[in-house]
Amino acid sequence: MSLVAKRLALGAVTLFVVSLIIFGAVELLPGDFAEEILGQGATPEAVAAIRQELGLDRTPVTRYFDWLGSAVQGDFGVSFGNQRSVAEQLAPRFGNTLFLALVAACIAVPLALVIGVLAALYRNSIFDKVANMTTLTSISSPEFFVAYILILFLAVMNPVFPSLSNISSDLDFWTRLDRTMLPALTLTLVVTAHMMRMTRAAIINLLASPYIEMARLKGVSPARVIVRHALPNALAPIINVIALNLAYLITGVVVVEVVFVYPGVGQLFVDSVKIRDIPIVQACCLIFAATYILLNLTADVLSIITNPRLRHPK
Amino acid sequence: MIWLYIALVFVVAAAAAWMFRFILVSALPRQGSLLMSSMPLTASFGLLMILCYVVLAVFSPVFAPYGEAEVFDKFNALPGDDPRFLLGTDQIGRDLLTRLIYGGRNTIGIAFVTTVLAFLLGAMMGFLAATVGGWLDQLLSRTVDALMAIPQLIFALLLITIFGQSTINMILVIAVLDSTRVFRLARAVAVNIVVMDYIEAAQLRGERLPYLIFREILPNATAPLIAEFGLRFCFVFLLIASLSFLGLGIQPPLADWGTMVRDLSQFINFASFDLLIASLPLMPAGAIALLTVSVNFVVDWMLHKSSGLKE
Amino acid sequence: MTDQELLIKIRGLKIEGRSEDTWNEIVHGVDLDLHRGEVMGLIGESGAGKSTIGLAAMGFTRDGCRISDGTIEFDGIDLRNASAGVKRGLLGKRIAYVAQSAAASFNPAHRLIDQHTEAPMIHGVSSTKESQEDAMALYERLRLPDPENIGFRYPHQVSGGQLQRAMTAMAMSCRPDLIIFDEPTTALDVTTQIEVLAAIRDIVEQFNTAAIYITHDLAVVAQMADTIKVLLKGDEVEAADTRTMLSAPKEDYTKSLWAVRSFSPPPKPPVPSGETPVISVNNVSAAYGVVPVLFDVNFNIYRGRTVAVVGESGSGKSTTARCITGLLPPTKGQILADGEPLPANYRKRNREQLRQAQMIYQMADTALNPKVRISEIIGRPVQFYTGLTGNDRRKRVEALLEQIELDPADYYNRLPTELSGGQKQRIGIARALAAEPKFIICDEVTSALDQLVAEGILKLLDKLQRDLDLAYMFITHDLATVRSIADEVVVMKQGKVVEQGEKEQMFQPPHHPYTDLLLSSVPEMDPDWLTNLLKERGVENLGDAAAARI
Repeated sequence: MSLVAKRLALGAVTLFVVSLIIFGAVELLPGDFAEEILGQGATPEAVAAIRQELGLDRTPVTRYFDWLGSAVQGDFGVSFGNQRSVAEQLAPRFGNTLFLALVAACIAVPLALVIGVLAALYRNSIFDKVANMTTLTSISSPEFFVAYILILFLAVMNPVFPSLSNISSDLDFWTRLDRTMLPALTLTLVVTAHMMRMTRAAIINLLASPYIEMARLKGVSPARVIVRHALPNALAPIINVIALNLAYLITGVVVVEVVFVYPGVGQLFVDSVKIRDIPIVQACCLIFAATYILLNLTADVLSIITNPRLRHPK
Repeated sequence: MIWLYIALVFVVAAAAAWMFRFILVSALPRQGSLLMSSMPLTASFGLLMILCYVVLAVFSPVFAPYGEAEVFDKFNALPGDDPRFLLGTDQIGRDLLTRLIYGGRNTIGIAFVTTVLAFLLGAMMGFLAATVGGWLDQLLSRTVDALMAIPQLIFALLLITIFGQSTINMILVIAVLDSTRVFRLARAVAVNIVVMDYIEAAQLRGERLPYLIFREILPNATAPLIAEFGLRFCFVFLLIASLSFLGLGIQPPLADWGTMVRDLSQFINFASFDLLIASLPLMPAGAIALLTVSVNFVVDWMLHKSSGLKE
Repeated sequence: MTDQELLIKIRGLKIEGRSEDTWNEIVHGVDLDLHRGEVMGLIGESGAGKSTIGLAAMGFTRDGCRISDGTIEFDGIDLRNASAGVKRGLLGKRIAYVAQSAAASFNPAHRLIDQHTEAPMIHGVSSTKESQEDAMALYERLRLPDPENIGFRYPHQVSGGQLQRAMTAMAMSCRPDLIIFDEPTTALDVTTQIEVLAAIRDIVEQFNTAAIYITHDLAVVAQMADTIKVLLKGDEVEAADTRTMLSAPKEDYTKSLWAVRSFSPPPKPPVPSGETPVISVNNVSAAYGVVPVLFDVNFNIYRGRTVAVVGESGSGKSTTARCITGLLPPTKGQILADGEPLPANYRKRNREQLRQAQMIYQMADTALNPKVRISEIIGRPVQFYTGLTGNDRRKRVEALLEQIELDPADYYNRLPTELSGGQKQRIGIARALAAEPKFIICDEVTSALDQLVAEGILKLLDKLQRDLDLAYMFITHDLATVRSIADEVVVMKQGKVVEQGEKEQMFQPPHHPYTDLLLSSVPEMDPDWLTNLLKERGVENLGDAAAARI
């Protein structure tokens, strides 16, 4: 159990360091924030006024702890672009992005596990080879390519799903699901491929263990070998695969949201990068990074817990 | 109908791959020919495609009908509108076919340079960390851990916000971020080599660091590093394409595939009238996919060979 | 015994293995007859195909292998053509298997006893309850400590020797007609090996189980088997009952295996008094981090003589070598070379100091860089230490190759991957000689080699010592090697020297109790050795030894 505690502590440290990086990176900004905002028409007085307003006249250390303190309470400051509160703009979009990721995960995880396990059990069969080629192709394709192919076939030529995701909070669940389907499918295709390949590798690795051979040599039936001897040891690697890929969804979500004009955090993020709206960029970065770290943390903790060697110490 | 097309493409690709392998087997000297004859069709196809891309990228000016930034008076021409412009022209009157060919050159070239930079930085640091060990290893490894705790695309976007949008900035940002991945691998590979007795023998002989790294470690690390180079190139290539697609990567007037996909994306809605027009955005996107698939096919084969898997 | 019923009948067995995409034959038509209650030893060097044949007797092949020809009958059942269901009905119930590494072959997710009762349960031999009680009885019979409770532990909570016995118990769970033992004691230390060997022999005798005992160790097989079959590269060399085989081997290959243990060079003159030792280890203590691993070690090595450092794994013999080479600076004490103290860390030593002490490694595979040619492997230290370049360097490398009895014309440009294990070890020796040292550390240099090859290396080392007046520190766990090559012996246990002295005196009683245990635990060729030893120690005593080990 001390291992779990250690891992949790490490996770907390990582989060802290990452927040430091995200904040510190902005300090590297060539020139000054205030001049940056005012651009051509920067007079010394105006610059000083803005500096005062943004608190740039204080030391970086004070500003960092102020920023972190408010961020933890959900206050990410005020957007440069439209002077609205960052949190207010982020909240509904965060819900949307979460919904999209969940839909994608719900399809991708079971699909990838089933295909991965089958490919491992029937390795070197035609099924395995086709799965290998297809997943390799799908991993290699940029998200927007997959997205446009899906739009072409499922929205334009056969109008099954809408090609633009007009999501608003007043939609009922099914309409919302319908409009989320294409971006979710795009993410599914990419993530499934990764996850399936990793599952396959993990299972093959496991089946090569001497204790699996021993079980077979005891006359244990193939089904029992899988269920009783392989599965209890497969949990940790599989959990890892799932968490890694859910973390991968985070990156995928940015591009996919832009393609489908899906009103999520990713799209806001990209728009803010273009106009260099730093408070929003920082907030988005922090959210994405925190999710990523937490997912990895969960995976590690779960695999520690499911490892029999660690569960029953000497 | 569509399945027929897919089947046709598949058969043609397989045939081309088979022919290419046949030519390689008969043209190369004995050792190379033996290697090639064990190559699966997927890898042979990948190799053939990579070769085509390289030729196209190097000799772009020969293949492209016009200059990269040459503007004509006819803008927004659709394919078939004007025999001079096979694929039509864009909003400001540049020939799309020309842009497509130069786009390949730029996207591939920039991705390649970025990957090389990432490798020089990452591999050097990784070997150093593994060989020297101690506090240097700790320092480098912990720094890399921290940098890798943020998803790469997200981090890249943050840094681009800060340093401003320009092609050079993007190359540097991605090279640094990607070098963390190379560092991890190079260090892992080198750590496994450093524990070997022949390294200990060299250390006890009194050999200095450069000899250890270049003469003892590097020759044993090339196989995994080459495979990793392929994978990293794919990743960087996709990342650059994605950034350009988002409008934050390669900047105009350079032509590039990611930007082209974005600029042409609205044509996808023409699919019910004319498939050729609808496939305009798919061409650069498909070209990106095809190259990465090809590299992946080759790397997959190399990894399979070097791992010596008997399954 | 031969008039009893035939249990296993193998005729013309051929097995192929896949490398890259081609199939190569690795077993070339072997016959094998095993009667009820008979224990057959399958012995051979690595690559002889003994494990493959052992598994084939169960109707099983590993991935990447296939049976291409021949018949395998178990009690009249054709195993080669039997359905998977029929084979499953036999495996575990009538034929059981004991693997080399018990630690890897027990499923880490289940308790020992649950894995024990699995076979009786699925084969319907007995209920889980009955089989649990039986397991405890077997554990007791196999002298496992705390037999009532040990089964309720997980594999990683139990030591290697105990796991190996628990696996033997598991193989016994259905009282099979046949057990295949696949090198069950190879991974164990000699003192642990005795306990496992005694336990296996005892239980096999008690239930009159037939067994195929696979090993590369002649002395072990002499204790365990009624008959012996010698294999070489997938072919049978010779088969006979154990006593005949030991006393009157027919084939040259078998004779050579027996002969290996007889290499004994003439004794050397005693050290002249007042001579300064080449290396002297003075009160050395060392630690890994904060864990102390070496306590106050002292010994001297003189010119032209060999000191053998003996001990089981974890005894600190390799750590001592690391202190001498400066890889692990001692926490206390000093290393003197020719009476002068050496800097503790090798980085602080000058080139001349580094040159004087060279090292030869256990694993020739990892000791030579696979991507560097022989010319450079030997040439680099020549150039580095003596400054020779160009043609002079080449001549020196060729002279060194001749010294280690390899033809320069043939080997100069080869890569290590193009050499056999013994040749690689010779290159390792040449690399050490290239520095023209006074002192060489030989770290288990023969333990990874087949016995014939190992003997060649020992002879070469002895010849070089006499020609060049070299001092050797010879690290080994194999007392037969010590007997043939050492002048002085240092016995280590848990980081301490328990006894040291001249070889003759060390091999004569009285000993330190640990030296005694170590010496008496090394299996001898005499088939009655184990029986006599157990009688001598008293069976109860062995049980205590097992209990004291927890």
